[in-house]
Amino acid sequence: MTAMSAPTRPSAPEPTDATWTGAIRRLLERRLPLAHLLPVRQPFFVGSWVYVFGVVAITALIWVIGSGVVLAFFGPGWWHVSGIGRFVNSVHFWAVQVFFVFVVLHLWGQYFMASWRNGRATTWIVGVVIFVVSLVTGFTGYVSQQNLDAQWIALNAKDGINATGAGAFFNVLDFGQIYGIHVMLLPILVTTLVVVHVVQVRMRGVVRPIEVQSPVDDGGQRPDTTS
Amino acid sequence: MDTPATYVQIAFIVISVPNLVVIVGMIALFIAALLAPFPGHRRAVDDGDERSD
Amino acid sequence: MKEPAIDQDAYYRGIPTVPYDLVKELVLAFAASGVVILLLALALSSPDVAPLTIQTWARADPIDFARTAASELAGTSFSAAYGPPYTNGSDSVQTLGPLAPQRWAGNTIRLDPAQDFVLGPLGAAAVGNPDLTAALATYASADEATRQGWLTTYTDALASATTQDGGVAVAAGRYGPVPVLLANLLSDARSGGLDGLLVAGDRFFETDYTRPLLFMGDGAYLAGLAANAHLLGNQWGMMNETGSYPGQAWLWLYSMWYQVPPYNSAPNADLLVVLTMLGVTLLLALVPYIPVLRDIPRWIPIHRLIWRDFYRWRRTHPSTRTG
Repeated sequence: MTAMSAPTRPSAPEPTDATWTGAIRRLLERRLPLAHLLPVRQPFFVGSWVYVFGVVAITALIWVIGSGVVLAFFGPGWWHVSGIGRFVNSVHFWAVQVFFVFVVLHLWGQYFMASWRNGRATTWIVGVVIFVVSLVTGFTGYVSQQNLDAQWIALNAKDGINATGAGAFFNVLDFGQIYGIHVMLLPILVTTLVVVHVVQVRMRGVVRPIEVQSPVDDGGQRPDTTS
Repeated sequence: MDTPATYVQIAFIVISVPNLVVIVGMIALFIAALLAPFPGHRRAVDDGDERSD
Repeated sequence: MKEPAIDQDAYYRGIPTVPYDLVKELVLAFAASGVVILLLALALSSPDVAPLTIQTWARADPIDFARTAASELAGTSFSAAYGPPYTNGSDSVQTLGPLAPQRWAGNTIRLDPAQDFVLGPLGAAAVGNPDLTAALATYASADEATRQGWLTTYTDALASATTQDGGVAVAAGRYGPVPVLLANLLSDARSGGLDGLLVAGDRFFETDYTRPLLFMGDGAYLAGLAANAHLLGNQWGMMNETGSYPGQAWLWLYSMWYQVPPYNSAPNADLLVVLTMLGVTLLLALVPYIPVLRDIPRWIPIHRLIWRDFYRWRRTHPSTRTG
């Protein structure tokens, strides 16, 4: 027996197929082949600027996180006393504005394209969850500014949060708690959800245009339930 | 930018001019995206089932 | 190569494809958004109005400071009468029928405003101060009715008080030790010491600003600054930002409820708005399953603009799908 055996044919079961690792590998190969994750072609109807809103939102998020990393590195007080710090904070501020603008434009576009069709309802739901988590992330950021705006927002937000009972464990007046949630916990959550969202889109491909005739159940995609 | 914003009242809505600019700008961007031609690839390059990947 | 679980070839069968570079699109979008963001940051900077300190407050409006401190002692301040999660009161407890989540969650951030905001800091300041020590002893040994009498009389007198050398001057009256207590607290505040005392208490490391923030929020001075900046709830304040900067336009719907009936006069407005927004968010998330909401895209055919090339092509290439 040679040290390296000849490559087996793809259809022949390897001894590793019975392993958990092998099972996950097979799952990924079936559910998200690289050709679907990184396609070099798109159906020709993907030819509108409306399709660009989502990716712009993602790039704005990259600018938000990048500037946020710098702000976190130098500490929450830095941008109040440093000119460069103020500039980095400004990048963070405007990147958040751009992010929300393009998330909402993306939402409008996907809504009017009814992009939840053909088995894509969970993609839509994850998108809404991203929106909500982003709102909370933005809120914790505003409360972490350590300026007058932050003081006022915290004092007012507390009443709504307390009314739900969440104020018992989520204290917006506690800078340490909110800051930690803002710079670590929520960015991890947002990023994870965005990755899931993009993977969901890549797995199924972009939704077909709305057409009047009833579509056929083809290739694992469920029929258009809105017809 | 540190001077207080101007506010506009439309019915029961009171909105700052900067916020109004953002919202109007978004609507304009959306309409522009709907109407503007997307570069390249108008012609169907290949027909039917042929997918290179 | 195993067959993919989702057959995109079948899904797009009959529809031509074109080359499309997703990664290049991402890089170009990153550059374009970067240019816009960097230009905005360079040209407009970002808002940063300095926070209010107890020191600034005490110096700018000592009468409001004294009134607030008196209300903490009397137990009538917003914080003192609040209820969960801070105190045993109930003024700010919001319920909806049998729903009382604020009460159910309990007092997990226990505060005693009279002690935490006033008497505690005064106790620390009383070291080496015989007048203050005596005033504190007098206050401590009085019964509740006596204290309330002093505090009510003093608060009434504040309505016509004047400021003098940074302090508060009221007409002569029977206020007990209250003027001495509050004058010392004011002096502590004006020196900046109270800011530190309220945050740190008897700890060294502290990042929790609950006490100084609640104390400042109980006064009218901070609210006055906020009103000038259009940040009050009934000014659509939730959407706004200091200065001429855009605020949070995405909070338009959350803000809107506070401006309209029945929310704008409801004692449980916050709970009502939160529940409303939870409902609206759920509707948004479940659009794919909700008739009418999921059909609007067909009725308002913006998609015919987005996919106009496709529909034009479709006229000469009818679908071969049946079903």
